Amino acid sequence: MTTTSSSARVGNAFRTVPPRSFLITLGMAVALLVAAGFTLTTGDFAVPVGDVVTAVVGQAPPAAEFVVNTLRLPRLLVAILAGAGLGVAGAVMQSLSRNPLGSPDMIGFSMGAATGGIAAILLTASGTVGTSIGAVVGGFVTALVILLLVGRHGLNGYRLVLVGVGISTVLMAVNGYLLTRAILGDAQRAIAWQVGNLSGRNWEHVTLLAIAVAVLVPLVLAFNRRMSMLELGDDTATALGVGVLATRLVPLLASIGLVAAAISMAGPIPFVALAGPHLARRLTRHPGPNVLPAAMMGALLTVASDFAAQHALPVQLPVGIVTSVIGGVYLVALLIVQRRSRRA
Amino acid sequence: MRKRLAGLLLVVVLLLVTVALSIAVGSRFIPLGDVLDALGGSGDPDDVLTVREMRIPRTVLGIVAGAALGLSGALMQSLTRNPLADPGIFGINLGAAAGVVLAITIFGITAPAGYVWFAFLGSVLAMLVVYGASAGRAGTNPARLALAGIAVQFALAGVVQALQLSDRGALDQMRFWVVGSLANRETDTLWSLAPFFVGGILLSLVLARSLNALALGDDTARALGAGVGTTRVLVLVAVTVLCGAATAACGPLAFVGLMVPHIVRSFTGPDQRWVLPFSMLLAPVVLLGADVLGRVLARPSELQVGIVMDVIGGIVFIAIVRARRVVHL
Repeated sequence: MTTTSSSARVGNAFRTVPPRSFLITLGMAVALLVAAGFTLTTGDFAVPVGDVVTAVVGQAPPAAEFVVNTLRLPRLLVAILAGAGLGVAGAVMQSLSRNPLGSPDMIGFSMGAATGGIAAILLTASGTVGTSIGAVVGGFVTALVILLLVGRHGLNGYRLVLVGVGISTVLMAVNGYLLTRAILGDAQRAIAWQVGNLSGRNWEHVTLLAIAVAVLVPLVLAFNRRMSMLELGDDTATALGVGVLATRLVPLLASIGLVAAAISMAGPIPFVALAGPHLARRLTRHPGPNVLPAAMMGALLTVASDFAAQHALPVQLPVGIVTSVIGGVYLVALLIVQRRSRRA
Repeated sequence: MRKRLAGLLLVVVLLLVTVALSIAVGSRFIPLGDVLDALGGSGDPDDVLTVREMRIPRTVLGIVAGAALGLSGALMQSLTRNPLADPGIFGINLGAAAGVVLAITIFGITAPAGYVWFAFLGSVLAMLVVYGASAGRAGTNPARLALAGIAVQFALAGVVQALQLSDRGALDQMRFWVVGSLANRETDTLWSLAPFFVGGILLSLVLARSLNALALGDDTARALGAGVGTTRVLVLVAVTVLCGAATAACGPLAFVGLMVPHIVRSFTGPDQRWVLPFSMLLAPVVLLGADVLGRVLARPSELQVGIVMDVIGGIVFIAIVRARRVVHL
């Protein structure tokens, strides 16, 4: 009976969305809207909700329009897009490696992209585009090195994570070295970028990120169903008519692109790609990569963290510091809970 | 026994050679003859200043901090039965760092003798969290240890950065400390921390026999008359004192404690009465060697020893992970 119902699901893509996942995703979308509302209205210059709406449409008082359209809206959109991209990438990598820790932060990919970006900033004194190219190259090279070191059968074990930790350490030292060799202005720019920072984002950042997300996320979504089948094992997936190699390669390349795009526009914001898909899967209780819920959760985490970074303390902090603290505590809590449940 | 004695001789010779190199070689080139003159106090005043006021204190600090870190690495690996245990991976260094930054920013304490207590407090808290998250019945799981360590480091690094950003004066004070370096530390620092180093080293060496008993399992250890709980607590005290003092003096230095005991065990075997003293002697060789390398590689400026150690240590870490089926240990 189960085979007939699952093959019926294969036939109709829309019926594969279970009601619980749908409701959870909808709930997160509402939460995201509320968080966006807070972000756009709150600050040194408070803007009432009505003015925010008219500012976006185009006929608000000039001051409100400047604050919303030039300062707060691009920052918010970069947070949403980068968070969603990181969430999707984390979901894909965790699903393909069959490893809940196989996110880009843990396997050293983010650190490699950071090294590439810093090298581009410091060595070629390049702008946004140069930084992006540096981040993409750095990320790809690191991913390749890690895959070579881990070997074919190490993907779904702890070895992947441990090698990633080792590589991250080496790269962190390289970043530190690059920073000590740079002139002060460049170094400050690189440091601000390195911690994951959303201040001063403009529409150029939004456009570049939006293009990357608009191209790559649908590509990943198209493979959503096939990735869920791959989680059942390569043989089962092949028997169900799934091309194993393409199902690995295409989403993986797309998610590497998403991470690189997010990192080059917002800096390496830690833990969003790890925790986003994790939390989304816990909420939907649905197997498979859960691409859309993960995207929504990633965006929500990033927007909420950026709001906290701006308003929780007397000083404004980069968003990366907030996600770093929250994510670290989350991971420790996760390990302790896991240990308890395994003992019982 | 003969292998161990030969090893001991080798390590002592290596230590003497690295100490000599650390005094003779630097980012500023001084001919060997002039170095010897400067040691005696004669010769070019600039050389005398460089050798006697900078290189010798730096070398002494390297010996003491290296010994402390090597010992604590060996103690931790023995206590947790975990090949990946290291003050850096355990988050102890960043715990101490967070304590020091807190002391400077919130309480305005700027003397090392004052903030060392905060370093101790921070390292104890970090260590307890990581140990707690990774410990099971048969020691700690290597993968969980590394993960918990990374998580705690992320959280603490965020706190440290936030505190630094909120207080520019503190940032200026912390800038030189937080990289992990043996250079330009004041001699007073060393003197004020000396009691902690001496106490920690003596305590560790006394614990060797109990650790041997503990390695046989809790029940056997009890039957042999070793206090299991007492030994664990004392080891944690020794590790805290040694790492806290080393971190307060040099800033966070990772991986010395990871790799040295591995090298040592390869020719002493698991007997802690040999592993501990050997680690104490070999770790300064590694630390001073990395420091000299950093001075030579980046001439005419220099590379902080923390950066050199991270590169070497990260590679060794990967080698250990790949060489063993770490997860099943």
